[in-house]
Amino acid sequence: MAGADGDDSLYPIAVLIDELRNEDVQLRLNSIKKLSTIALALGVERTRTELLPFLTDTIYDEDEVLLALAEQLGNFTMLVGGPEYVHCLLPPLESLATVEETVVRDKAVESLRKISQEHSPVDLEVHFEPLVKRLASGDWFTSRTSACGLFSVCYPRVSSTVKAEIRQHFRTLCSDDTPMVRRAAASKLGEFAKVLELEYVKSDIISLFTALASDEQDSVRLLAVEACVSIATLLPQEDLETLVMPTLRQAAEDKSWRVRYMVADKFSELQKAVGPEITKNDLVPAFQNLLKDCEAEVRAAAANKVKEFCENLPEDNREQIIMTHILPCVKELVSDTNQHVKSALASVIMGLSTILGKDNTIEHLLPLFLAQLKDECPEVRLNIISNLDCVNEVIGIRQLSQSLLPAIVELAEDAKWRVRLAIIEYMPLLAGQLGVEFFDEKLNTLCMAWLIDHVYAIREAATCNLMKLVEKFGAEWAQNTIVPKVLGMANDPNYLHRMTTLFCINALSKACGQEITTKQMLPVVLKMSNDQVANVRFNVAKSLQKIGPILDSNALQTEVKPVLEKLASDTDMDVKYFAQEAISGKLSYHWVLKPFNRLSYI
Amino acid sequence: MSAISASEKVDGFTRKSMRKAQKQRKSQGSSQYRTHTAPVELSPLPQLKDAPSTEQQELFTQKLQQCCMLFDFLDSVTDLKSKEIKRATLNELVDYVSTNRGVLVEPAYPEITNMICTNIFRVLPPSDNPDFDPEEDEPTLEAAWPHIQLVYEFLLRFLENPDFQPSIAKRYIDQKFVLQLLELFDSEDPRERDFLKTILHRIYGKFLGLRAFIRKQINNIFLRFIYETEHFNGVAELLEILGSIINGFALPLKAEHKQFLMKVLIPLHTAKGLALFHAQLAYCVVQFLEKDPTLTEPVIRGLLKFWPKTCSQKEVMFLGEIEEILDVIEPTQFKKIQEPLFKQISKCVTNPHFQVAERALYFWNNEYILSLIEENIDKILPIMFGSLYRISKEHWNPTIVALVYNVLKTLMEMNCTLFDELTSSYKADRQRKRKKTSIISSMADNISACNNECEFRGSRHLVLIIIIIWTFMLF
Repeated sequence: MAGADGDDSLYPIAVLIDELRNEDVQLRLNSIKKLSTIALALGVERTRTELLPFLTDTIYDEDEVLLALAEQLGNFTMLVGGPEYVHCLLPPLESLATVEETVVRDKAVESLRKISQEHSPVDLEVHFEPLVKRLASGDWFTSRTSACGLFSVCYPRVSSTVKAEIRQHFRTLCSDDTPMVRRAAASKLGEFAKVLELEYVKSDIISLFTALASDEQDSVRLLAVEACVSIATLLPQEDLETLVMPTLRQAAEDKSWRVRYMVADKFSELQKAVGPEITKNDLVPAFQNLLKDCEAEVRAAAANKVKEFCENLPEDNREQIIMTHILPCVKELVSDTNQHVKSALASVIMGLSTILGKDNTIEHLLPLFLAQLKDECPEVRLNIISNLDCVNEVIGIRQLSQSLLPAIVELAEDAKWRVRLAIIEYMPLLAGQLGVEFFDEKLNTLCMAWLIDHVYAIREAATCNLMKLVEKFGAEWAQNTIVPKVLGMANDPNYLHRMTTLFCINALSKACGQEITTKQMLPVVLKMSNDQVANVRFNVAKSLQKIGPILDSNALQTEVKPVLEKLASDTDMDVKYFAQEAISGKLSYHWVLKPFNRLSYI
Repeated sequence: MSAISASEKVDGFTRKSMRKAQKQRKSQGSSQYRTHTAPVELSPLPQLKDAPSTEQQELFTQKLQQCCMLFDFLDSVTDLKSKEIKRATLNELVDYVSTNRGVLVEPAYPEITNMICTNIFRVLPPSDNPDFDPEEDEPTLEAAWPHIQLVYEFLLRFLENPDFQPSIAKRYIDQKFVLQLLELFDSEDPRERDFLKTILHRIYGKFLGLRAFIRKQINNIFLRFIYETEHFNGVAELLEILGSIINGFALPLKAEHKQFLMKVLIPLHTAKGLALFHAQLAYCVVQFLEKDPTLTEPVIRGLLKFWPKTCSQKEVMFLGEIEEILDVIEPTQFKKIQEPLFKQISKCVTNPHFQVAERALYFWNNEYILSLIEENIDKILPIMFGSLYRISKEHWNPTIVALVYNVLKTLMEMNCTLFDELTSSYKADRQRKRKKTSIISSMADNISACNNECEFRGSRHLVLIIIIIWTFMLF
């Protein structure tokens, strides 16, 4: 290799070349990831003259390596000598932008977009724009697809003749006969429109938009919907009706459910872009249709937007529109046949109460909430419960509490542990809203029952839940209600339950404070150090380490230290290990530090 | 919520197969968006065979128009009478175009295609099961099949009618028609895809002007499947059609066809659901190689590039395809790729998954491959030897070990001297390695002896580092 010639400065590139030729992909990958170091070692000039040509020639590799290369080159500007020389990064990135694998290509485009900003306007016209043109007229669809992402970054900074060329290229790609390219163009249409002068938006973009929105492939049409948002934002209000609305109306009634889904999904953005007047006249009926669509996917997407749509309605007749047009559809969705639709609705429906106010909520919404709390699908109930705070502000939670309780209990005992986990996470919130009395009376037993759940994740969440409850209700409440029950589990015949006691102590000690920890918890922990199960014993050691900082030094010296020392000579190696960890860990702050002189022995 | 079964209590996850069993076979309607303007009740028309020949043509048209009425099949109780009338009419139409001569007069073409388009061209509904696994799940069947099936049948008979004239039909069966037909290949219903396959094949055969377009659109569907969606139900059917198309390619192959092989068919091997269409795909690839053997090297290099890294099931399929290719390979082509290929095969025989190892070792049961290996034994044996020798001692599966012994024996018979040389150099190599390990382990023993006296865990790391440094200094 070059290094053998005695020229040491060539050594890094020699190593790189060596590793790049290695059979092991991982090694090749590593060497590519170290590319910046190598470039730094070579210096800017040799990076330009030797490293980059080498890399350009070696683009044949596994996609993983190419991906890493494409990413690296985006950050190479300084390594090739700054903006003045940044154009020499273009050849390798150009080849990368033509490969088949989408992730590599996308990364190359991302890097090209990045370094385009570092080009001077002159370089942009001399080097960058020709590259975009080459890509845009490439033979294989991959390069044309990549070109679509590059127009908008160079357009603002080039002369008007070049601008005209760029617009022409974009136009050509919008009617490319490969759907992949049309999709790429459609997805960049909005972005490109934003950098164009308004006159060209009206003359060029609108016709492209209309054409793409009536493409024969629904995958192209649906991307035009996205562009619609940006285009509508750019145009003055008076032009919207003639230039955008016909296409949008057509999209909302497209025969393909994918396009209608897209309209539903982008509905809030569209609403903001077209303004209140068009919303009232056009979007409200369109929204009603989407809520009643024949495909559940579309209804679910629309249901998700109910709250946002209502919120953004013009305030002067918002209530009237909701009550007469939207609410009837919402009522139907509550008993939809599809659970995704119901659960999408349940995740936003509570938000309507703040918009409609107390009376309407009680009269119209409350029956819907109650119906959803009894829904057969746990996700629907869960979504209602997780958004209780919105109703709480408007009508107070008491209105709901009678129906709430059975729903909570049922979710708490659901067969799917993920459902149980989800309801546990809402417990602290519920407790806060329902108040301590209601909680003690109805929910406390549930919280304790979760501690002996057969799924670890539930026990763990239950432990964490207790900690949050104590933070909310205070140490005194903990002492009276929770702590005795938790400590009682220390004598359970099941070692998993005994361990749960320890986990609870770990979580609760801080919130409960020094007194409870020292007087009530510590004795139990110490007693458990004699447990016959090793897992319990080493968790005792861990617990002692955890609660150590809360205890005073007296308790540490007289009670904790002897127990840990005993555990440190346990027969089980894990117990020993964790006891030693505890001794050398946090507790050492309070103790005499053990000398480290043993180290010099080696 | 149903009662919780004991097994569910235990692990919380129900088995996939159990969940599957609970689901029943479902059917779904097409996503006919707002076409349901309450169907008008149909009234039966007189039979075509009873009509006087002067009125037959008019009656035929009327019946075609009647069959343009669409019904909701998800609702199994409404319009029963009309549904039955349409079914009977469609049956009659199928019969009419398949048995009678002279019925396909020019004015009938637009009526016929209009009826077909109205019935079969529809947006496919969203999949009921978002993580539909075609290998395990029951497909969702098309609810309107009782009618749609007959329409497909009719289309097929129409195309196969001896009076059928492509020159007239091409005004109606055009690019747009074909494009919509191709989109239907994504149907989850295998019965529908089967019909589509035959129909597209007929169209490809009869409409020369559409051939390039059809190939190009299939190309686009595949590219979208590979690089964008990874989802398309009709890949196998399309490949099957392509198989026979490739078979008919004229020589020398056009650049377009070669590009299709390298840029579409080979990358198709990366798909997750390869098992669903691998047989058809391998057939296409082999067809290409039989046409033009010079493509062998790029094809095999392509397969090696996309060789599965973690999926044993796919690896077995790749090995199967390689064997199919080797079956037709020319000895000169074999020489060009033998080294990279046998490096891969040597990795496969050591695979701990016995099916992969077994599939690779089966190559040695193939007479033609054996003869190729024998011709090039001096190149291949050194590549294979180490792996074979090692697994003959180490593989956990007795069948594999037995197979390896046979393979080693065969190879030894091919070139005894080379085999002996390799054996002795392999043994010497092993000896050297074993010595190294014993030195390291004795050092480690020494160190752990001192380690026992150390009290702090930190020192354990130190010891480890020292072991590593010593190891480096030694070698």
